[in-house]
Amino acid sequence: MSVSGKVVAAYGNMITASFETDVQQNEVAYVITGDRKLKSEVIRVRGTVCDMQVFEDTRDIKVGDPVEFTGNLLVVELGPGLLEQIYDGLQNPLPQLAQQSGLFLKRGIYLDCLDRSKQWEFTPAAKVGDSVQAGDVLGTVPEGIFEHKIFVPFDFIGTAKVKKVAEKGSYTVAETVAEVEDEKGEMHNLTMVQEWPIKIALAKYKERILPVEPLVTGCRIIDTFYPVAKGGTACIPGPFGSGKTVLQQLISRYANVDIIIVAACGERAGEVVETLREFPHLKDPYTGKTLMERTIIICNTSSMPVAAREASIYTAVTLGEYYRQMGLNVLLLADSTSRWAQALREMSGRLEEIPGEEAFPAYLQTRIAEFYERAGYVTLEDGSKGSVSIIGTVSPAGGNFEEPVTQGTLAVVGAFLGLTWARSNARRFPAIDPLISWSKYVEQMKETLDKIDPNWVAMVKDAQKMIFAGDEIKKRMDVVGEEGTSLADFIIYLKAELIDAVYLQQNAFDDVDAYNTMERQVYVFKKLTEVLRKEITAQDKEDARQIFFRLTALIKNWNSSEWESDDFKKFEEQINEFIGS
Amino acid sequence: MREIVTRIKEITGSIASLHATGVGLGELAEIQSPGRKTLGQVIRVSGDVVTLQVFGGTKGLSTNDHVRFLGHPMQVKYGESMLGRIFNGSGVPIDGGPEPVEEDIPIGGPSFNPANRIIAKQMIRTNIPMIDVFNSLVVSQKLPIFSIPGEPYNQVLARVGMQAEADIIILGGMGLKFDDYTFFKETFEASGVMNRVIMFIHQASDPVVECLLVPDMALAVAERFAEAGRRVLTLLTDMTSFSDALKEISISMEQIPSNRGYPGDLYSQLASRYEKAVDIEGLGDITILAVTTMPGDDVTHPVPDNTGYITEGQFYLHNGVIDPFGSLSRLKQNVVSKVTREDHNDIMNAMIRLYSDCRESRNKIAMGFKLSKWDETLLAYGEDFEKELMALEVNIPIEEALDLCWDILARHFDAIQTGMKDHLVEKYWPKKASGEKNAA
Repeated sequence: MSVSGKVVAAYGNMITASFETDVQQNEVAYVITGDRKLKSEVIRVRGTVCDMQVFEDTRDIKVGDPVEFTGNLLVVELGPGLLEQIYDGLQNPLPQLAQQSGLFLKRGIYLDCLDRSKQWEFTPAAKVGDSVQAGDVLGTVPEGIFEHKIFVPFDFIGTAKVKKVAEKGSYTVAETVAEVEDEKGEMHNLTMVQEWPIKIALAKYKERILPVEPLVTGCRIIDTFYPVAKGGTACIPGPFGSGKTVLQQLISRYANVDIIIVAACGERAGEVVETLREFPHLKDPYTGKTLMERTIIICNTSSMPVAAREASIYTAVTLGEYYRQMGLNVLLLADSTSRWAQALREMSGRLEEIPGEEAFPAYLQTRIAEFYERAGYVTLEDGSKGSVSIIGTVSPAGGNFEEPVTQGTLAVVGAFLGLTWARSNARRFPAIDPLISWSKYVEQMKETLDKIDPNWVAMVKDAQKMIFAGDEIKKRMDVVGEEGTSLADFIIYLKAELIDAVYLQQNAFDDVDAYNTMERQVYVFKKLTEVLRKEITAQDKEDARQIFFRLTALIKNWNSSEWESDDFKKFEEQINEFIGS
Repeated sequence: MREIVTRIKEITGSIASLHATGVGLGELAEIQSPGRKTLGQVIRVSGDVVTLQVFGGTKGLSTNDHVRFLGHPMQVKYGESMLGRIFNGSGVPIDGGPEPVEEDIPIGGPSFNPANRIIAKQMIRTNIPMIDVFNSLVVSQKLPIFSIPGEPYNQVLARVGMQAEADIIILGGMGLKFDDYTFFKETFEASGVMNRVIMFIHQASDPVVECLLVPDMALAVAERFAEAGRRVLTLLTDMTSFSDALKEISISMEQIPSNRGYPGDLYSQLASRYEKAVDIEGLGDITILAVTTMPGDDVTHPVPDNTGYITEGQFYLHNGVIDPFGSLSRLKQNVVSKVTREDHNDIMNAMIRLYSDCRESRNKIAMGFKLSKWDETLLAYGEDFEKELMALEVNIPIEEALDLCWDILARHFDAIQTGMKDHLVEKYWPKKASGEKNAA
């Protein structure tokens, strides 16, 4: 039974409504204005009225308009058919919306999140007579290259007896695939679809374990120097124009995970368009299928309603948790969490809460922590492992990392990949600054990493030290000039520049250089270490500069040669000659 | 027109409130004072109290003025007869002509469905080499001109308006000085483009609320023309005045400011306007070129900062020229050497790299270091580059500009020094340049 109420006040995207009996915090309600029903969410209850944020344009709302409370929290639909979809922040499928309402987004239209007409090939796993609980597997359907598991709803209470299971065959998501009897003797018809409230973590697993497997992004500076773990978290803050989006796009193409969820949260629509127009034609380097087949896009761009922007991040992470339940590795790319934080700020302002720093609400830090904590590497009930990793970008005002969103994020993530104008202006891409970035996963994954090579972590640290030493010398040189610098120091500086030019920098537009497998990174990095350890004998600085010019060009050519091709071997030969000389 | 109320309860800043029922958010009201009529928009309803934002300002508003609610939100006229006309921030003609008899359309409409968007792939020629060659403007792009007050940003905007390939030019002026308004009007009239121009002008002396309506009206009209298959270029100047108007209104509404007094939703407010730029598959398109003045030449000021995160690049206007450093068109890689000539990408990069070296040589002079022969060459090159390509008066099509680039290079360098690819040198290196050096 739904509770009804009436609008008593409206301002911006917030309305206040009276209600008759009871409401829940975060309950979904519909405001009925004219012939439209506008979705909204209760965000504060005070006596006999509650404040609600409306997920749509609030134009025309009048005092006295009826409100229907649904008794449900804001949920997403989970089931086969999520992959390859493009949703808005409330899981409305955008291509279907375009078919129905044309060029522009019309308010008050809510479509089925999952296609109700598509047939799925169901193979039962549960048998009549089995006892099942929330999260147990009833059967599977193939979804692209994945075995999509059909679960007993995660919110199912108690143990149930399976009375009937559908035979192997084609079914739509809404058809009953199992009938179960609960402890009270009530019958339930279970389908392939279930719902889960987006603001509550879906935590149906045996235990959470420490992430120790590297998540390879194909980007050398990340994987070698500031790695991210599967089930870990990282943030990429950077001012505008520093290449956040290009970096996110590269990671979305090359990361070695099963499923990518791209959450375009309050950013430019044009950038999402590149992903959604190109992914159907690009090949996944791991499976050979198109990238789209492992991707879900949640797209709530900057001009779309701001309350739905707040929800979009949670929608994305819930879909990720759902696929993790199938023992898959999921990566969520959230671009940008600053826009999400700004959505929180807007609502907080309307609620007239006492503001914190830069008018962000005092609970900003808690919300950021709650969100990133939904990442994790887990052992599921059946013993298999799955993970959700989160990489979020942050858009700090004025490029200043001291602001609340960046600081709040740094406190809870495992890796910090800071982009700076200094590097992007010098055209050193990706503009991740090695002098300020860090990753806690180097230590955490040490055992796994040292399986690559017993000295791996030590080698990486040596190279890092050299980068810092080079920077120190550069700063001194800026003051005293080249003439005041010793040849030995000058060579250290050139070595640091070499690491930067041939390893930290990577050409996103070169087909080969854009992406390096871990195997290749290890091979190249070991060779580079040999080069760096070699004693360089130069007559003077000009001579040293010439040696490094040649070396840089040589290794760059090596970088853009196909792995193990003739060119690759040829350039390697020349590098070996240099080391041997 | 349902209701007449005789008593306004409260007046503060440009906000007035009164008792009324059955009024919707966003609805328009007409306030009749003795001898004058002004419009207002409902921005808050609470019980039977309705809060209005008064477009014409509240100066002289009396508590016993008559208020009528019109039953619809703010609208603007749309149609062919709008071309060549000038309107104020309330949509009233200010060119002395009659009120156009056209369809009324709502402003501030919904967002374009991202799933309907396509990747922009057409270039807009402006005949300004610093734009066409070095940071090409692409159809459906949104680009601001970041400028310090005093730079000739309106001149640049007017020139792009006159020369760009577009069917319709819509100018939204916010906080314009009378002189600037006259400049635009006279320039467009003199160059004979006025018959494809529509101007919405909020002058500095007009009420502040009207400033907020200008971009919405300009873009609502642009959107309808684009849907009708027209290529629309929207010029907005100055978005900092628009943001300041937002600041003023939100503070008088007692909203908590976030950064330097600007409201917390500044980003969303700017984005909802800029995101109107679109290329509609099979129909028309909207390209937005806007001016953002940077108070104190500070790019981290909230207005340019938020703008930079929204737009697809920016042009920096420094010392009367478009600075090739810092200026960026994010969409240029969609067109450079793809729809333009094959040498475009390489020559653009070579020219900029050498010009950057030239600036380093200039630093050497400033520091009192000794100059090498190479430095001298770079300095001479830089001078020609600035004179023949960077100067704002230069007005040549892109093909000519590309040829000129080769010519300037050949005048000062050997082909090998420029690092250009061999096959391009063979094809484009001038056999006889208009200077001393010409050996390939």
